[in-house]
Amino acid sequence: MFSFDLLVNAVVAGILLGGFYAAVSLGISMSFGLLEVANIAHPVFVIAGAYAAYMMNTAVGLDPVLTGLLFTPVFYVLGVVVYRIYYASFERKGEQSLRGLVFFFGILFIIEVSLVLTYGVDYRLVEAPYIGRSLLIGPIGIALRLLVPFMVGLVLTLALHLFLGKTFYGRAIMGVSQDALALRLMGADPIKIKTIAFGLGIATTSLAGALLIIIAPVEPSMGREYIGRVFAITVLGGMGSIGGTFVAALILGVAESLTSTFSGPSWALAVSFGILLLALAIRPSGLFGR
Amino acid sequence: MRRTLPVVIALSIVGGGMLLTGVVENRYFYFATYVILQYIVLSTAWNILGGYTGYVNFGTPAFFALGAYTSTFLMLFCEAPLLVSIPAGGLISGLLGLGIGYLTLRLKGVFFSIATLALTVVLQTLIINWEFVGGAKGISIIRPVAIPFFRNYVQFLFVVMLGLAVGSLAIARWIEHSWIGLGLAAIRDNEEAAECMGVPTLRLKLFAAVVSGGLMGMAGAPFPYHISLIEPLSAFNLDYAVNSLAMPMIGGTTTWVGPLVGAVLLGTAQQVATVTISSELNLLIVGVVLVGFVILAPDGIVGLLQRMLKRK
Repeated sequence: MFSFDLLVNAVVAGILLGGFYAAVSLGISMSFGLLEVANIAHPVFVIAGAYAAYMMNTAVGLDPVLTGLLFTPVFYVLGVVVYRIYYASFERKGEQSLRGLVFFFGILFIIEVSLVLTYGVDYRLVEAPYIGRSLLIGPIGIALRLLVPFMVGLVLTLALHLFLGKTFYGRAIMGVSQDALALRLMGADPIKIKTIAFGLGIATTSLAGALLIIIAPVEPSMGREYIGRVFAITVLGGMGSIGGTFVAALILGVAESLTSTFSGPSWALAVSFGILLLALAIRPSGLFGR
Repeated sequence: MRRTLPVVIALSIVGGGMLLTGVVENRYFYFATYVILQYIVLSTAWNILGGYTGYVNFGTPAFFALGAYTSTFLMLFCEAPLLVSIPAGGLISGLLGLGIGYLTLRLKGVFFSIATLALTVVLQTLIINWEFVGGAKGISIIRPVAIPFFRNYVQFLFVVMLGLAVGSLAIARWIEHSWIGLGLAAIRDNEEAAECMGVPTLRLKLFAAVVSGGLMGMAGAPFPYHISLIEPLSAFNLDYAVNSLAMPMIGGTTTWVGPLVGAVLLGTAQQVATVTISSELNLLIVGVVLVGFVILAPDGIVGLLQRMLKRK
C-alpha cells in the first residue's frame, strides 16, 4: 500500500491544509494568546462566516473570498460588541474564568442553533471557478480548492505579522498583552486596545469561514471539530506568536493529512486532540513560547 | 439524629417512588420524569467540579456516553445486568476524569475546559470506529422482559434513576459539609492562597474530577435501556454539555440545592417545550436564558433568594 507518491501528495495536501488552519487559528491566537480571553466560540464565528459566503454566493454569485473580505467590517463590529459585553460583565469584576467561559459557550450554542433554525442541518456549498480543478506538477496533484485557502492564509498571516510589529495600534496590542498597567501609564486606554484586538480576531473569521466553505461543504455543528484544532495550534504555536501559529498550523495539517491517508479520515480528528494533550502535558508554553 | 435524618429522607423518597409505580400507569410520565432525574444527576455531578472548584467541564457528553457505552459493551459481551453496569460505568468514567484531570488540572483552568471540549469529539470518533458497539449506525438494545417487584422495565429504570439522583445529591451535600468542601471552596476563591496555606489543591481537584466524572458515567449506564437504540449522535449530544452547566448556573453553583432547583425548573420547562414547540427553538431558549443568567444573575436563583431574605 505504501508508496512514495502517496506520501509526497499527503505532505503537500497537509501543508496546504495547514495554511487554511492558520487562517482559522490566527484570530484565537490574538484573543486567547495575546489577550487571554478564552473565546471558545471562535470556531462558530468561522461557521457564520462560511454561511455569509454561502448566502452571497447563491444570491448574487459573489466569489467566496471576496465575500469574506467584504464581511470583515461586519464581523469586526460583532467582535467589538461581544468583547464589550464580556468586559463589562466578567473581566472588570475579575470573574473571567468560570462565568466568562460559560458566556462564550452560550454564544457558541446560540449561534449554532440559530444557524440550524435558519438553514437547517443540510450541508451547504459554494461555486467558484477554481473549485474542482487542480494543477499537476510531476506526480504531485495540487487541488486549487486547497491552494487558494493556503495562499489567503499565508497573506493573512503576513498581514497580521506586519500589523502587530510595525503599526502603532499593532504595537499597542503587543504592549497590552505584556503589561496593561504600563500602557495606561503611557496614556493609552488598554480596554480600547483590547477591544480593537478582539474585534480584529473575530474579523479574521469572516475570511476563514469563506475558506472553509471553499474546501468542503459546511453544516452548522462543524465548528465543534475546530475547537480542539484551533486551541492545539494556538498552544503549540506559543500563545500569541503569529509566526508560531502558522508553523504549528502546518505541523497539524501535515500530521492530520498523513493520518487520514494512511489510517482513514475518521482518525484525523484524534490527532489534534493528541497534540493538544501532549503540548499541555509536556510543554504548555508551546514550541515558540516566550 | 442529625446524621440519620437525611438518610431517612433519602430512603423514603426512593421508597415513595417505588410505591408510585404501583399507582400511576402512564408510561410517558415515567419517561419524562426519568429525563429530569437524569439531569439532576448530571448537573449535580457537574457542580461538584464546576461549581465547587470553578473548573468548567464542557465534556459532560463524553463522560455520560462513556458510561452508556460501558453498559452497552457489558451487555453485549456478557449480558451483565444493569445493576452491575452502573458501578462499572461510574468506574470507567471516573478513570477518564482522573486521566484528563491529571494532565490538565495542574494548568490554568481554561486548559482543562478546552481539553474537555475536544475530548467529546475524539471519544465520539473512537466509538464511531468501533463496530462491536454498533459504530456510527448504532445498535438496538433489548430490555429484559420481566423484572421482579416492578410492572415493567420503564418503571424499574425510573426508580433506578431516582436512586441515583438522591444518591448524587447526598454525595454533593456530604462533600459540601466536610473538610473537602472547604478545601474546594478555597480553590475556587484563590487557588494560590489555598496552596500556600497547605491545602492539597491538586489532590482535591482530582478527587472532585473523579467523583464528578464517575457520577456522569453512572447516569449514562441506564441510557441504552432507556432509549433502546444507542447511537453516537444521541449519546454524545451537545445538549448534555449545555444543560449540565446551564442548570447549576441558573439554580446557583455554591450549594447542592442549586443544581437541583435548576434541573427541576429547566428540565420541566424543556419537557413541556419539546411537546408544545420545536426542540431546536427550545434549545435556543436555553442558550439565551443561560447567557442572561450568567450576565445578570451570576449567583443563580438560590443566590437571588438568599439576597432577598438578607434584605428583610
